[in-house]
Amino acid sequence: MSDVITETLDDYIKTQVLEAWKGPKTVPEQEYFTSGHRTCQGCESALVMKLMAKAAGPRTIILGSTGCMYVANTTYLSTPWSVPWMHTQLGSSGSAATGTAAGLRALMRKGKMEKERINVIAFCGDGGGADMGLSAISAALQHTEYNLLILMYDNESYANTDIQVSGSSPYGANSTFSPPGKERRIMHRRWKKNTAPMLAAGHPECKYVATVCMSYAVEAMNAVRKALSIGGPTFIHSLDPCPKGWDYDPMFSHELGELAVETGIWPLYEIEEGKIKMYGKSKRIVNGQMKRKPVQDYLLRQGRFAHFIDEDIEYFQAKTDEMWEKWLIPGVLPFSAEA
Amino acid sequence: MNPPKTATAEQIVIGGSEELISGSEAIAHACRLADVDVITAYPIRPYDTVMQYVSQMISDGDFDCEFIVAESEHSQFEIVKHASAVGARVFVGSSGVGWFYAFEAMAVTAGLRMPMVAMVGNRALDDPGAFGVEHNDALAVRDLGWMLVWVETPQEALDTALIAYRVAEDKRIFLPCAVSCDGAFLTHSQAIVNVPDQATVDSFLPRYDRGDKLLHPDNPITIAPQANEDWVMEIRRQSDAAMRRARGVITEAYEDFGDKFGREQEPFIERYMMEDAEIALVGMGTLALPVKVAVRKMRAEGRKVGFVRVRWFRPFPTEELQDALSDVEAVGVIDRDYGFGSSFHSGVLANELRAALYPVENQPKIVSFIAGLGGREVNTDNVIVIAGMVADAASGGMNDQDTYWIGVRE
Repeated sequence: MSDVITETLDDYIKTQVLEAWKGPKTVPEQEYFTSGHRTCQGCESALVMKLMAKAAGPRTIILGSTGCMYVANTTYLSTPWSVPWMHTQLGSSGSAATGTAAGLRALMRKGKMEKERINVIAFCGDGGGADMGLSAISAALQHTEYNLLILMYDNESYANTDIQVSGSSPYGANSTFSPPGKERRIMHRRWKKNTAPMLAAGHPECKYVATVCMSYAVEAMNAVRKALSIGGPTFIHSLDPCPKGWDYDPMFSHELGELAVETGIWPLYEIEEGKIKMYGKSKRIVNGQMKRKPVQDYLLRQGRFAHFIDEDIEYFQAKTDEMWEKWLIPGVLPFSAEA
Repeated sequence: MNPPKTATAEQIVIGGSEELISGSEAIAHACRLADVDVITAYPIRPYDTVMQYVSQMISDGDFDCEFIVAESEHSQFEIVKHASAVGARVFVGSSGVGWFYAFEAMAVTAGLRMPMVAMVGNRALDDPGAFGVEHNDALAVRDLGWMLVWVETPQEALDTALIAYRVAEDKRIFLPCAVSCDGAFLTHSQAIVNVPDQATVDSFLPRYDRGDKLLHPDNPITIAPQANEDWVMEIRRQSDAAMRRARGVITEAYEDFGDKFGREQEPFIERYMMEDAEIALVGMGTLALPVKVAVRKMRAEGRKVGFVRVRWFRPFPTEELQDALSDVEAVGVIDRDYGFGSSFHSGVLANELRAALYPVENQPKIVSFIAGLGGREVNTDNVIVIAGMVADAASGGMNDQDTYWIGVRE
């Protein structure tokens, strides 16, 4: 038996510590997602791209699944990426990350490429991640021998193709596939998938899963840095307010992100080596230091819920209350222990 | 279905070893000898035997590569596509509907000009279920920029897989290549194979070098941006040019292979008893076995029948087939595939051949036969019947503008 074949995690690949940034002033100015993209005004997903690349640094390969952040970002001859970037198919973020990490590992191990820790990040939208790409992401999260991060930027619809509902769209949202009409007010009746905990619970060897929102940008960048330091495959789920899909003035993106957290609709947490740690306002909510705002403060700011009547808001509020009051792990994991 | 742990009848000879192995095991040896870096597997019969051999070689320490069992064929192909982008030599494969499950990935692999080598263990598509060979799986990618080659024997499978890497990874080409092996008849059938030594393979097959196309932080390029109508047509035109260049590069590779390994073969087609032939049969893959026997029988009876086996389907050997078939009176094309609703309801090869021979003076009659679907045996009697019908067509006694199903219950 050759040692080369029996090794599992190589030291040069395993170890890397990207220190957390303490605040906005300690964040470097250098950008790796620069000019050249054509995303909408107020696009939070573009901010995710920019800060994700900043957090990872120049020794990074980024794979971009089909979606807004492909189509609007990488027009031929005007790429905004100054780190190596490659397109991957809609359902392939997990496979792209796995293949890239496997290729680098094989070449470095066999002496065909200089040994170096190169970050591998694949991003996908909610359609590419929570819907079509779920099985490939699941497979990627089992490969503890590869260091990779899959980041799902969730703008809660297939936004690039004209705003169609995905498995990650909130209940009742108006989209071009779920328009309220004369007979039916609510066309989209599925509750949003609980993607991050599903992946964390289903892949016990995955060391790091986190939710982020770019309204809390330093925390989000530090999540990326931790995901790239901890070793093995990791997953980050970002909630991204989308002016076009959610139907609001672009100037309110940041505020809507905050409201999603303050209403308890979007909890912020890290699941690190099996331990759940709420952070930011979500931590204050769970500790009873802060009262959740009513969901209508968030819903009524967005045109996609303009058709809601009181009973819809009440339903949404009740389902959100359940998350915090009935779930086994409030805001994170459903089920309740049998009395 | 488990592969034998070691091949039987092993014997070391100069320049390699002689082993009794199947087509799948032969290709596994080609992967080892090519020092492939990343291989992805997903189970589907019959191609998956190659992955059983590969995984055993890895666990025995005979072969070092990243071996990933993917969760679907789509991921299987996507993973190696991305590994290829960072400079890894890759191998993948599938059969039948598994090949189709990966279809999107196969389209982009060709579009991206990734020099992937894949094995197809040709299998009938579902439904209804059948494990046996049909060629419609591999043929489905024929217009996408994949090079496609069919082989007849385990030796040819091994040799052709090495040639496939050399051609695919040639910077003038950079196109993926699929090596098609008939399910069961080749994937699972053994023959004596000369497994070459590493030094000879190394002298023939250079390292995979992406040059300035390498995806690496030292070369921070953007691969596959959104090009739209501004540029897509020029990019397609480049793929077309690469496929045109492939003809010359394949020829070069076969010449060099012959020099290095001592096995000379005509690159694109095999001509069998074609001198003075008046009637020619044409087919691909292991169909050659019964056809060659039948041709010998008919020759013994004084009938001037020959056979042309098409190896490379993409690039299609138009010139070679024009040369081989322009002097015969009639051609019978035996397709192990179907083309429902196509011209004359013919098989895929038959219609390609009709197009290729259209400009030939004194064009021979071309009759299309469909046989051996779903792995049904095509025997020598079937072939002799086919040759008789082709002879009738030559004399004008039979309609050559139709397609005849052979060995089918009516």
